[in-house]
Amino acid sequence: MSDPRWALMAEYETAEALVAAAQAAHDAGFRAIEAYAPYHVEGLAEAVGFGRSRLPAVVLAGGFVGGLGGYFLQWYAAVRSYPIEVGARPLHSWPMFVPVTFEMTVLFAAFAAFFGALVANGLPSLAHPIFDAPDFDLATRNRFFLCLRTDDPRFDEARAGAVLDSTRPLRRAEVAR
Amino acid sequence: MADVPVSRETGVLRAGWGYASVTDKIAGLVLTRPVRWPWLAAFAATFAGTLVYLGAMTYLFIKGVGLWGIRIPVAWGYAIADFVWWIGIGHAGTFISAILLLLRQRWRTSINRFAEAMTLFAAGMAGLFPILHLGRPWFAYWLAPYPDRMNLWPQWRSPLVWDVFAISTYLIVSALFWYQGLLPDLATLRDRATGRGKRIAYGLLALGWRGEARHWARHETAYLLLAGLATPLVVSVHSVVAMDFAIGNTPGYHSTIFPPYFVAGALFSGFAMVLTLAIPLRKAFQLEDFITELHLDHAAKVLLATGWLVAYGYLVENFMAFFSGDRYEIAMTVDRWTGFYAPVTWGLMLCNVALPQVLWWRAARRSPWLLFALSIVVNVGMWMERFLIVVQSTSHDFMPSAWGRFVPTRWDWIFLFGSISMFAWLFLLFIRLLPAISISEMRELVKEESE
Repeated sequence: MSDPRWALMAEYETAEALVAAAQAAHDAGFRAIEAYAPYHVEGLAEAVGFGRSRLPAVVLAGGFVGGLGGYFLQWYAAVRSYPIEVGARPLHSWPMFVPVTFEMTVLFAAFAAFFGALVANGLPSLAHPIFDAPDFDLATRNRFFLCLRTDDPRFDEARAGAVLDSTRPLRRAEVAR
Repeated sequence: MADVPVSRETGVLRAGWGYASVTDKIAGLVLTRPVRWPWLAAFAATFAGTLVYLGAMTYLFIKGVGLWGIRIPVAWGYAIADFVWWIGIGHAGTFISAILLLLRQRWRTSINRFAEAMTLFAAGMAGLFPILHLGRPWFAYWLAPYPDRMNLWPQWRSPLVWDVFAISTYLIVSALFWYQGLLPDLATLRDRATGRGKRIAYGLLALGWRGEARHWARHETAYLLLAGLATPLVVSVHSVVAMDFAIGNTPGYHSTIFPPYFVAGALFSGFAMVLTLAIPLRKAFQLEDFITELHLDHAAKVLLATGWLVAYGYLVENFMAFFSGDRYEIAMTVDRWTGFYAPVTWGLMLCNVALPQVLWWRAARRSPWLLFALSIVVNVGMWMERFLIVVQSTSHDFMPSAWGRFVPTRWDWIFLFGSISMFAWLFLLFIRLLPAISISEMRELVKEESE
């Protein structure tokens, strides 16, 4: 783990080349693979070994918390805390509680989606070794990058280099820690 | 190995654009384009209008709502008409960014970003009016549910309370959705910016986005889920606004058609505002390759379709007044067409029903300046509709002894035009500080259109 390098990096011009390279590295047994693209490339996350995201479950939970919480808030206020009897109408008038319950469901599910994605992605994180890599400012423009991290227990410099070279990148570089 | 993709001529994007060129074009509008006099002049004018608006608010808080022409029986006046109008305009942004995303409409890509910004600013303008209209605005926080020393709670059975929840949820969810989509573009601006100040500012806003594959996957999931959540929200917000009226028993308010009728009107006015903003924007920033005539044509078709939904609403509203046999509804409807406010009724029929019929002609749908003029006409027409519902109904309710007229004062006009100035000012700031078109989605579009 005392490798002064964070990863070996290769740069590509097209999304297809990056997906193929990520697949090749994964097939060669590497697991600490990171791939960078300027837009959402279909199939890239699967190629680097990303399984299913748990985000939808988090959003569902957020919706439940919001909906139940919103309904409870209204029930508690209207039935327990401050009951007002108007012409013997029921205090627990659930149809009138639907709009606020709906809004709170959507609000909390949206919070869960937004903040869930941020937390799962480990953002905000303003400093990262990859930002010092050569050409990496093009990762948000038109270039695609593949990194094989040195903290992979199966990392082996010669083999990693050979795999990256076999994918015919535009260039190769080392990323310092 | 495939070549670097270059777009073909497809209608939604002109030929010859690649990843690098779309990025540099859109980022350049923010980072390198010099400030020119038309923008400066518009900025100065709208900033002056914004200052007048803020000053007028201060004066309103000192003097009270009697500045406006509202007198019982017409207690709602311009403030509430402006509120309904603005919140309606906001709807098109979410419709474009959420519903058209789920329907996989590629033409949404180049217009969703600024349409969402429009939504945020319009909903912001809308949110101000009910607070300004409160007799004691410093108690606005009483609308929030919190355990207080007075042991009071909001009245959950009131649509006005639902409105607070609907509007604030809409504002927050729209802002989250917008920021989620903006993250990769902020990273692009961070990486393309040359000045240190800009790099730090965009760097902080980008939260360290680096475009890793897993990040993109979660980003896409979150974006689609937010779109799915925003979709029922679009329908719910104006429905709740409509219930502010429909649950009251005033003739002209008390109607079950109001929620769908309001939502259709919201999309109608919202698409009109999208065109009002898109046409000058594409001209000034030379974005004709991204916002093509096909986009204008599609937006015009939506305008035509929602215009007919609105016309159907007018038809049913008038028919039901007579079909119900309710003498107060009938009297109110007759007054609408022949009474003091009849010019507004006829004006809105001209603006919202008659004139938009030119959109049946393809040449009209593809003529930017005609569309621009028509979009202004529809904006005015929809404002008149909101005015008519709010004001005329209350001015002519049950007993003749309770009838009364509303005549706007100069302050009513100052608040209307003040809010328009502030909206335009915010939009002018937006187009110079943030990418007006989603850069990362345009790169994806280049890829799709090159195949």
